[in-house]
Amino acid sequence: MPALVPTSRSGTESPREAVASARLAFAEILLFSEDPVECARAAVDWLAERGGARKAICALIDAQSGTVQHVSASGVADGQIETLQLALEDPQHPLVFALAGREPVTLAKNGRRNGHSVDPWRGDFLAIPLPLSEKREARQGLLLVSPSRCEPEAKWAAELLGQKIARLRATAAVVEGEHRLQRERELLLNIINASPDPILLTDPEGRMIISNARADALFSTKEGESEGRHRAVTLNNMLFSAALSQQAIDESGAARRELLLVSPSEGSDLLFELLSSVVQHPREGTCVVSILRNVTDLRAATEQIEENYRRLKVAEADVRAERDRLDLIIDSVADPILVTDPSGKILLMNSPAERLFTAPESDETKEAERAVRSNDAHFSSFVSNLFLTGSGLRWRGEISLFDPATLQPLPVEAVAGKVLSEHGEVTAVVTILHDRTEAIEKARLYEQLKAASEQLEEKVREATAELVRRNELLQRQHLELEQASQLKSQFLANMSHEFRTPLNAILGYTSMLLQGVSGEMSGPQKNKMLRVDSNARHLLSIINDILDISRIEAGKMPLHLEEFEMPALISELLAEVEPLTQKSRLQTVTEVHLPVSAVYSDRQKVKQIVLNLLTNAIKFTPQGQVKVTVGADEERRELRISVQDTGIGIAPHDYEKVFEDFRQADNSVTREYGGAGLGLAICRRLAKMLEGRIELQSQVGAGSTFTLVIPRRGKRR
Amino acid sequence: MTMYSETTRKAVVLVVDDFADNREMYSEYLAFSGYDVIEATNGKEAIDAAQERLPDIIIMDLSLPVMDGWEATRRLKADERTRRIPVVALTGHALAGHSKGAREAGCDSFLAKPCLPDQLVAEIRRMLEGGKANITKTKGAR
Repeated sequence: MPALVPTSRSGTESPREAVASARLAFAEILLFSEDPVECARAAVDWLAERGGARKAICALIDAQSGTVQHVSASGVADGQIETLQLALEDPQHPLVFALAGREPVTLAKNGRRNGHSVDPWRGDFLAIPLPLSEKREARQGLLLVSPSRCEPEAKWAAELLGQKIARLRATAAVVEGEHRLQRERELLLNIINASPDPILLTDPEGRMIISNARADALFSTKEGESEGRHRAVTLNNMLFSAALSQQAIDESGAARRELLLVSPSEGSDLLFELLSSVVQHPREGTCVVSILRNVTDLRAATEQIEENYRRLKVAEADVRAERDRLDLIIDSVADPILVTDPSGKILLMNSPAERLFTAPESDETKEAERAVRSNDAHFSSFVSNLFLTGSGLRWRGEISLFDPATLQPLPVEAVAGKVLSEHGEVTAVVTILHDRTEAIEKARLYEQLKAASEQLEEKVREATAELVRRNELLQRQHLELEQASQLKSQFLANMSHEFRTPLNAILGYTSMLLQGVSGEMSGPQKNKMLRVDSNARHLLSIINDILDISRIEAGKMPLHLEEFEMPALISELLAEVEPLTQKSRLQTVTEVHLPVSAVYSDRQKVKQIVLNLLTNAIKFTPQGQVKVTVGADEERRELRISVQDTGIGIAPHDYEKVFEDFRQADNSVTREYGGAGLGLAICRRLAKMLEGRIELQSQVGAGSTFTLVIPRRGKRR
Repeated sequence: MTMYSETTRKAVVLVVDDFADNREMYSEYLAFSGYDVIEATNGKEAIDAAQERLPDIIIMDLSLPVMDGWEATRRLKADERTRRIPVVALTGHALAGHSKGAREAGCDSFLAKPCLPDQLVAEIRRMLEGGKANITKTKGAR
């Protein structure tokens, strides 16, 4: 214990000075002591040593609990101190009474106080409450001294001790309060630090008063941290301030908004939801508490969810469109389609199926309904069969249904397919029904057709056989005809020979007679003989014509192609017919227009044809002229030899006739003009041999023009 | 109308024809024209007569009984004694095959019937005077 004042002095001091000195010593102790217990000890010790007390006890009472907190004693037995503890529990106890009062209470020797025995406190005890400075209620303790004659010193000491204890206790209370406050503050800070969200308290100017660790990470830096972090923190502070100042904190004092900050540690964007509320600070005034909630992940998650939702919508729309399309397709199929679940319940069917499996509304006779029920039963049986026997994915069968509309039997072919889930379970069965009526009808028709075809085939076979037979017949006939033709030609050749032999004799003898081999004849005899000769020659020419035709037809007319001069041939012809023209007094004209006079053909046959045309012209022209014109069609490389007369002419309907064998335009002509009518027929055949033709233009009474047209250069065949 | 003088030996003509009127008609006219004429009615007789008399020229009809003119000509032409005698074919068959066959058989000339007696004489005269054989001529009196 520090002692600023000496506790003892020299014995020269007076009694009054001695009392003052003793009191000063106690006061000094109390002044420097900070412990109530120490003070209580000091008080007891001081009373025993300097106050003249034989016994002294100081009990300090805890103000709040009302129990004895500390007991210091001098000259008292321990058992007596323990009774003090018990005594305080009794409100009627003299000590308790004393404690409640302001004045010292004397505890008489074996005295009683209100009937209570204070037995342990035998002797002359004085109980002095330790006063409080102001309040009476809370007693801080009790000072017990004996004997009671030392009351003045004890009262003084009690007064001083009471004040000291009160002061110490008050100080202790303040310290305790501060400690509690500090603990609470730490707790609060721990709480806000424990929050995963940054929390800040800012003053009206936006300065941060309180911030938790999370907030510090965003808004404050320490020395030695990276430049990037500094910049991020600066930026974050600006953004936060801006957010707070822009923020329209409404009257309710709270607002929410989003705030984009930068992570100082990673540099990535962080999105916060800013929750601000206004609080009134006793010193700072209107402050703002801000709680930032990191919604970066939340936002990403939200966006993800929104994206998923959007995709879901699109997928749903796709599915719906797909479904609509599927419905359209299914409905557009003419065959009934049914989708059933594994139990056979119909999930879906298209319109053709509906016609079979739903009864029409206007069903008065209930027959349609019966048909539908029958259809249902048959179909269900088919589907259950599929599960019983069909191990494969597909099943094909035939069902006999009825058309509810017509009540006619409707045989259908059913093709069912199982729809499997990912796990291989059957989720549905799709069945397509195909009307077999047509197929059956087709099969029937096919059979008919086949039968008809077979019949036809048989007929064709017969017809073919007949045809073959006829063909053989025809071939035989053709052969026979050819043989007949051959025979005819042979016959004609023979006939010609047979005719010539006697004619040879007639002509020979006539010639001899006319030559006078058997003597000169008279004039009339000679005339008649000339007629025999003429007729014999005519007969010969007919025979020659017939021979020519038969030679041409038998293909035995040889062709001698050679190059010859056309003008020379014409002159030769005119010379040959000159006796005739002179006789009939006809004028003959020739016109030759040829760029090249040489011709390559059969000279003898060209001559024979033109000679025939000329003699005909002369024969059928009573008067006038016969004109021979030779020209060329350069383009067609043809030679045209025309014989034009001013004779009797030929009617158009006779144009063809004149070229036929043994024909003249009119039978009377034969009688009048003679000739066998074979000339033009031969001419036409010869022209054909020369790859040419004979053209005819004529007008009855005005004359005719026959034109031989042949190629300028014939081809050897 | 004798063409040869009395002292000149008459040329002998063998006329082969089965048709008597023609054969005699030609014989008469040939005799009238100054030739010695011998006659045969078929190919066999013609060969016999030709071998026996060795005529200056033979007028051969082709269609003959017993042996036809082609065969007879072939044999005459194959015989050393008669092969130099010119043979004039004379036939009523005017078809092309006949003159060809005649030439192949060895005929030196060809005449088609009807052939007037004076035409025949002209031909004989031409042949005997060493004229060119008229084998390509197919035309008779038309």
